[in-house]
Amino acid sequence: MLLEAKNISLGFGESLVIKDLSFKVEKGKVISILGPNGSGKSTVLKGLAKTQTFYMGSVYLDGKNIQLINSKKLARQLAMLIQSPQAPSDLTVRELVEYGRFPHQEWWSGRSEDDKKLVEWALEQTGLALLADRPVETLSGGERQRAWIAMVMAQNPQVLLLDEPTTYLDIAHQLEILNLVTELNATQKVTVVMVLHDINHAARYSDYMAVLNKGELYSFGTPQQVLTTTMLREVFGVNGGIWANEEGQPQCTIYGLVQSKDNLMSRER
Amino acid sequence: MSNRLIRRVAVLVFFALLAVGGLCTSMAKGSIDIPMYQIAQVIVNHSAGDVNTQVLWNIRLPRTLVGALVGINLSLAGAILQSVMKNPLADPHIIGISSGAGLAGVVILILFPHMEYLMTPVAFLGAMGAAVLIYLLAWKEGIRPVRMILAGVAVSAFLGAGISALMVFYSDRVHGALMWMVGGLSARSWLHLFIIFPYTVFGGFIALLGARRLNILSLGDEVARGLGLKVEITRFLMTAVAALLAASAVSVVGLLGFVGLIVPHTARLLIGSDYRWLLPASALLGAGVVTMSDTLARLVFSPVEIPVGIVMAFLGAPFFLYLLRRE
Repeated sequence: MLLEAKNISLGFGESLVIKDLSFKVEKGKVISILGPNGSGKSTVLKGLAKTQTFYMGSVYLDGKNIQLINSKKLARQLAMLIQSPQAPSDLTVRELVEYGRFPHQEWWSGRSEDDKKLVEWALEQTGLALLADRPVETLSGGERQRAWIAMVMAQNPQVLLLDEPTTYLDIAHQLEILNLVTELNATQKVTVVMVLHDINHAARYSDYMAVLNKGELYSFGTPQQVLTTTMLREVFGVNGGIWANEEGQPQCTIYGLVQSKDNLMSRER
Repeated sequence: MSNRLIRRVAVLVFFALLAVGGLCTSMAKGSIDIPMYQIAQVIVNHSAGDVNTQVLWNIRLPRTLVGALVGINLSLAGAILQSVMKNPLADPHIIGISSGAGLAGVVILILFPHMEYLMTPVAFLGAMGAAVLIYLLAWKEGIRPVRMILAGVAVSAFLGAGISALMVFYSDRVHGALMWMVGGLSARSWLHLFIIFPYTVFGGFIALLGARRLNILSLGDEVARGLGLKVEITRFLMTAVAALLAASAVSVVGLLGFVGLIVPHTARLLIGSDYRWLLPASALLGAGVVTMSDTLARLVFSPVEIPVGIVMAFLGAPFFLYLLRRE
């Protein structure tokens, strides 16, 4: 076991977004967090990355409470990519990726050989070597997302947290990003925890899925265990059918909204 | 890559030449012109002799150096604050430096004119006091730039009202206060240089050490935190350094506006937003702009001197607008 959340409660100000959540993430796996809008997916991810303060509970990385790990040391083991990050307009791809080495550098030190190697490697892996000297802002949406992924890859983490890495991308670029992530997981044994909106992508690309509903863990397990018509109805309020693709992974087709007053009411609540 | 590097080095060299040119013309030109070789002689073995030597050693040299350091301090402070506050309009005004020093200076000049010798320390205390006050008001589990800026606006308005009230009540004594409010370098001496110099060295050193952190901060708080940067502490320390830099400058020359806002922006337009380049570029450009403007301020309506702040704004603002349109 690598990453474990124990009874965490998170929120903003007075309101609790996540209530008493516990789960474990095994080393080298890909986990997707799913849930309707406002279910607290991003908040959980921020909690895991220590960028959101806990009201209660703790997160353990390899058995160590992350609250007690120095931020810089934590950033060497755990990297997070937020939703739609912004870069200064003249920042080039290579400069951005070099910033990923920040947690490995000291006040006085320059770029080490390791830094240079990892930056080139990250650029290579993300297919950005030829675009390395272009400003990030001039890239297309998909390329830009790959540049940010290259930055967190240069951090050389054991755990990668991705908040909706495919949002705002067209379908081909979505798959490209997901392939990149799973390849990274396969070759570098990086544990990946990502928030996804697309249920079928999650089922296809993850070892485990966690479904959040109203700040609580509705279910956690393999895609086969988690992706059920009951879950679709109770969590997302939609009717759907489940089928298996050629690789035996469950996929769903959505027919429409559940049209009962009860359900609408329960979703409102 | 190499193109970018060449461009950056070229801009930096250009700014350095500008600074050296500014220093030289400021020493050479004035009511009497002093030839360059004589300036060199005086600086190397400052044996006091003829009138030229006297003028140079006692008046021009300290004045020029104070101008250069003031330019450096205000430009660095502005550049730092623009990153730390994530706001292109951030400058030493935002953290209350100007209004604090302004009120303190005006109080001395209008109410206690016989204590004018205390001007510099009192103005420094006023500037730092206002900055600390704004910090405390904006503090709530760390500093958020927006809250800091709004607190800054409110405190500045409050202190500004105090300045205006004093000027209205004592309208017969306003002249000195007005000069203070515009800022000027006339009659700045070695003493002023020694006051400001340690801040320039210390502040400049810390700022350059923090350049990489300012770069990380420009990716946004969340990304910066993800990269292991202690965002709150960095923001606090860098704001404090900016406050010291600006307060030391303002307490010596009065409320010199413009430099802290426009110089960093001009440097950014020409050299980019990488703070490892932007900070030295801002410092050099600041030194050049202030010394050159001061030379003009002495020459244009000679023998009458106009405050350097006015010259800078008249020439610098249109130039900056030109740069902005061109981009």
